[in-house]
Amino acid sequence: MHTVAAHHDEDKSQYFWVWGVLLLLTAVEVVLAYRQVFQPVQMLEALMVLSVIKSALIIGWFMHLKYEIAAMKWVMMVAVCACLCLMCVFFADAARILQLGVR
Amino acid sequence: MADMAVHHGVADAYEPSLFGTYSKKIGMWLFLLSDSLTFGALLFAYSYNRISNPDWPTPFHKESIINATIMTGCLLSSSLTMVLAVMAARRGDRSWTRNWILATMLFGSAFVVLHGMEWTKLMGEGMWPWKNPWAATAPQFGGTFFTLTGMHMLHVTIGVIYLGVVSLRKAFLPILLVIWGIVFFATPADSFFHIAVHVLLIGLVVAAVILFLKPKDYDAHDVEIAGLYWHFVDLVWMFIFPLVYLMSTRVQG
Repeated sequence: MHTVAAHHDEDKSQYFWVWGVLLLLTAVEVVLAYRQVFQPVQMLEALMVLSVIKSALIIGWFMHLKYEIAAMKWVMMVAVCACLCLMCVFFADAARILQLGVR
Repeated sequence: MADMAVHHGVADAYEPSLFGTYSKKIGMWLFLLSDSLTFGALLFAYSYNRISNPDWPTPFHKESIINATIMTGCLLSSSLTMVLAVMAARRGDRSWTRNWILATMLFGSAFVVLHGMEWTKLMGEGMWPWKNPWAATAPQFGGTFFTLTGMHMLHVTIGVIYLGVVSLRKAFLPILLVIWGIVFFATPADSFFHIAVHVLLIGLVVAAVILFLKPKDYDAHDVEIAGLYWHFVDLVWMFIFPLVYLMSTRVQG
């Protein structure tokens, strides 16, 4: 196994911090859901915001995308942005059905 | 081998990558990009039904939520050990690379076992992909739930096999065979594990074909690419856990 020079300063402690924050956010999600803090649609919004933060941490630090060049970042973010845009469309329509009923 | 420096004596015949990295890594990113759309479709199918149906069942009581939270902890911890494996591989530390990858595989296997136990419990309560106790109000529940979580579980299982091939190479094949044999013969014929363990057998055949037809010493780049796949599996669960489990939590009972 040959060595590969890391193209950025890698500090092992940053990964432990990210891991800790991810566990903390997971705990917040569980408390929010189990205590039924919000109504379903507001709960969905809160959980999605937390999930997007968690996924940004995983993509940026664990998958090292924050260390890639801009072209790589933009191409890879296309799918994520497409999913998020579709989410806004689908979930909004689902909420409309909930309020107005199927016609 | 586009990753290797090729010298043909032709100056500037090969331009540097547009994305500033090696081709195998770009290939894996593109695969993950397409896979994210697959999972996106499955997540939308489940979530659309969940939001639009006020009578959507809430079968996940306290025990299920604790189980799913431990599974989430396993995957998050496996991502940490995987990134430590990538760091060790970059240093050229073969021993710690293998150790961290094995720790990752252990967490991944724990996730699959816990998930399988959850499925077994739900099936015991009458929930199957094609029928469920709430068929009158939410007939899509079983189909969307099992398709989404089953697809993810398959990805985790493939990831564990992938990591085993990268870290242990041919030595992993008999281990896989022994695990398959133990699970197959130690579980009842109607058990979920008894049927699902055949995925390991298929993985064994595919891994054997790859390892014997193209034997190689997997380097730091291969470990990093395997890590990208593994982190993606973790990433997808960060959406499945809240959308499927936390949005269908049963507070009482």
